[in-house]
Amino acid sequence: MNICVCIKRVPLLGSAIVLTEDQRSIDTSRLGFTVSPHEECAVEAAVQLVEEHGGTITLLCLGPAAAVEQLREQLALGPDRAILLEAADEVEPQATAALMGAAIEADMAATGAPYDLILLGSESADTAGYQTGIRLAHRLGLPAITNVKGLAVADGQVTGERAVGSAREVYRAPLPAVVTTKDGLNVPRYPSVPGRIKARKKAIDIQQVPLPAGVPAGAPAGGMGPRMEKLRLIVPVSEAKGAQDLGTGDQAAARLVEVIRQIGVLA
Amino acid sequence: MILVHIDHDLGTRAPGGVTGVDPLSLQALAAARTLDDAVTAVVAADGDLPPAAAAELRAHGASGIRVAMHPGLADYAPQATARILATLVEEVCPRAVLAAGSARGNEVMAHLAAILDLPLATDCTQITIGPGQSEVTRARWGGNLLEEARVHASILLATTLPHAFPVTPAPAAGEVHTWTPQVPDADLLVRVVERVMPTGAVGVGLSEAKVIVSGGRGVGSAEGFAPLAELAELLGGTVGCSRVVTSAGWRPHSEQVGQTGTKVAPDLYIACGISGATQHLAGCKSAKVVVAINTDRDAPIMQVADYVIVDDLHAVLPAVIEALRQ
Ligand SMILES: Cc1cc2nc3c(=O)[nH]c(=O)nc-3n(C[C@H](O)[C@H](O)[C@H](O)COP(=O)(O)OP(=O)(O)OC[C@H]3O[C@@H](n4cnc5c(N)ncnc54)[C@H](O)[C@@H]3O)c2cc1C
Repeated sequence: MNICVCIKRVPLLGSAIVLTEDQRSIDTSRLGFTVSPHEECAVEAAVQLVEEHGGTITLLCLGPAAAVEQLREQLALGPDRAILLEAADEVEPQATAALMGAAIEADMAATGAPYDLILLGSESADTAGYQTGIRLAHRLGLPAITNVKGLAVADGQVTGERAVGSAREVYRAPLPAVVTTKDGLNVPRYPSVPGRIKARKKAIDIQQVPLPAGVPAGAPAGGMGPRMEKLRLIVPVSEAKGAQDLGTGDQAAARLVEVIRQIGVLA
Repeated sequence: MILVHIDHDLGTRAPGGVTGVDPLSLQALAAARTLDDAVTAVVAADGDLPPAAAAELRAHGASGIRVAMHPGLADYAPQATARILATLVEEVCPRAVLAAGSARGNEVMAHLAAILDLPLATDCTQITIGPGQSEVTRARWGGNLLEEARVHASILLATTLPHAFPVTPAPAAGEVHTWTPQVPDADLLVRVVERVMPTGAVGVGLSEAKVIVSGGRGVGSAEGFAPLAELAELLGGTVGCSRVVTSAGWRPHSEQVGQTGTKVAPDLYIACGISGATQHLAGCKSAKVVVAINTDRDAPIMQVADYVIVDDLHAVLPAVIEALRQ
C-alpha cells in the first residue's frame, strides 16, 4: 500500500492567545509548534496499515520552511519520505487542496506509484475549515470518508467508522480513497531513539509552490474569483471569575461538599 | 432566498418520538431567518417528509420546504446530498446556503463547496450578506479564537457554530415541494452501510452529563483514576480526562474533553490535576460551575474556575468521598 498523509504545522498554544499587531495572526514568537492530534492519529494509522499490508508512507505538508521540524518528528515514527510545499502565508482551503492535489499528481507521475490512500485530519487545529480533505478528494476524483475513529483496509476497500454518540456509523469505499481522521482513532506511538536517528536521513523534498492564479493568499480582493479574505482575528474575552479558594485538605473537602449541595447536583 | 440544508435521521430512527429533524439544523434555519424572509429548507431523503417533520420546519421559519426523494438516501450519503443541493442552487440562485456546523453539516457543505468551487465559511457565529460579498465571524481553534472574514462570492456557503444562533419559534407557510433528483452513482459511493450500536450498558455520555469529574496528568496513572470514578458515581456523573491521559492510555478517548475530544456543558466540572491548556478549555468552557483541584496555584485552570483547591488531588478526593458518604 502506498499512503500519503497530509499534516499541518500549528503553534502549540499556551494558556492565552496573543495576536500580532496587525491582528491578522497569532504571535508565535514565544511558542513551540506541533501537529494536531487528528493528524498524529492519521500518521499512526498509516504506520499500522503498512505494518499489516506492507508499503510506503509519504508525508505531505503545505507550510513554512520551518515545517521541516514537524516532518522530521513524524518521519521518526516510520514514514519513508516527505514533501514540503513551501508557502510563507496562510493559504485558504480552496488553494490548499489545489496545491496538494497538483503535488500528489506530480509525485505519482514521477514515482510511478499511485497512492492507495490519502489521509488528512478531519479539520486543522488552527483554521478548522473542515473541508481540505473533501476538496482534495474532488480534485483527485476520489471518494472521501471523513471523521473516522476506526479504519481498516481489506480486499481493495477501505472501511471507516464514525462515532455518533455511543453508536458507530460504518462507511466503505473502494481504493484509492481519501480518508480524514479524528483524534481517538488510535493511541499514537512515541518516537524511538533509532527512529529519530533514521528520520534525519530520510528525504524531504522541498518544493516552492507558485500560488495558483485566482486565490493568492493575502492579496487584495477584486477580480480574483470567489475567495474568503481574512480581515482580523479576535481573542474572545472571558470574564475573570475571581475564583473562591476552598482551602486545603479536609476543610476543602467539607466546603466542596457544601458547594456540591448548593448546586443541587446531588440526587 | 436562502437555502438551508436540513440534516435528519428520518430513514433510520426508531418509529415514534422525535421528528427526526436534527436540532442543530434548526439553528441554521434561525440564522437564515435573520438574513432573508424567504428561507427554503432542503431535505434529501428516500421517502416523503413525515408531517411532524414538515410541521417542525414550518414552526421554525421555513417559508418553503423542498424534499428531494431518492432511493439511494435510505441512510446518510454526504456527496449525494451535496449534489442535490448543487442542482437546486443552480435552479433557484440563492443568496446563501446554510447548514449546521456539525460533523455532517460541515461535510455536506464541503462537498457542495468543492462541487461549486466556492469558498465555505464553517462554524460561523455571525453572518451578514451583501451583494457579491458577505461578512462572517467564525470560530478557529475550537472557539478559542474568532476570525472576521469577507467572503467574495455571489453565493455565500456557511455553517453555523452550534448554539451561536438561538432557536426561537417563527411560524411560516412552508409549503412542501417534492422532486426526484438525478444522482450519479459516483456520488452514492460513500454512505452509511451499517450502524453499530453499543453493546452492554452505556453510562451517561460526556456531552449529556450533569457532573463530570475530570482528570489530567496530575492523576499520575490509570489506577489513580479510581477515586475520580468513585466520586463521579456518587454524584451521578461521569469521568472525563485530558489528552495527556488518553495518549498515555490511562483512559479511553471517548472520555477526552477538549478541542479534539468532546465539548461538554455539565452543571459541575471538577478538574483534577489538569493545567487548563486552551485546547482543553475549548471543551469545558460551557460548564456552569468549574472546581479546580491543583497543586499549582498559578495553573491556567485556576483563572477560569469558580472554586479552587490548591492541594494534592489524591489527598482531597478521598476526603470529599468520605464527607459525601456521611
Ligand atoms: C491541536 C491540539 C489539540 C488538542 N486537543 C486537546 C483536547 O481535546 N483535550 C485536552 O485535554 N488537550 C488537548 N491538547 C493538549 C493540550 O495542549 C495539553 O497538552 C493538555 O490538555 C494537558 O493536559 P493536562 O492538563 O492533563 O497536563 P499538564 O498540562 O501536564 O498539567 C498537569 C497539571 O496537574 C497538576 N498536578 C500535578 N500533580 C498533581 C497532584 N498530585 N494534585 C493536583 N494537581 C497536580 C499540575 O500542577 C498541572 O497543572 C491539544 C493540543 C493540540 C496542539
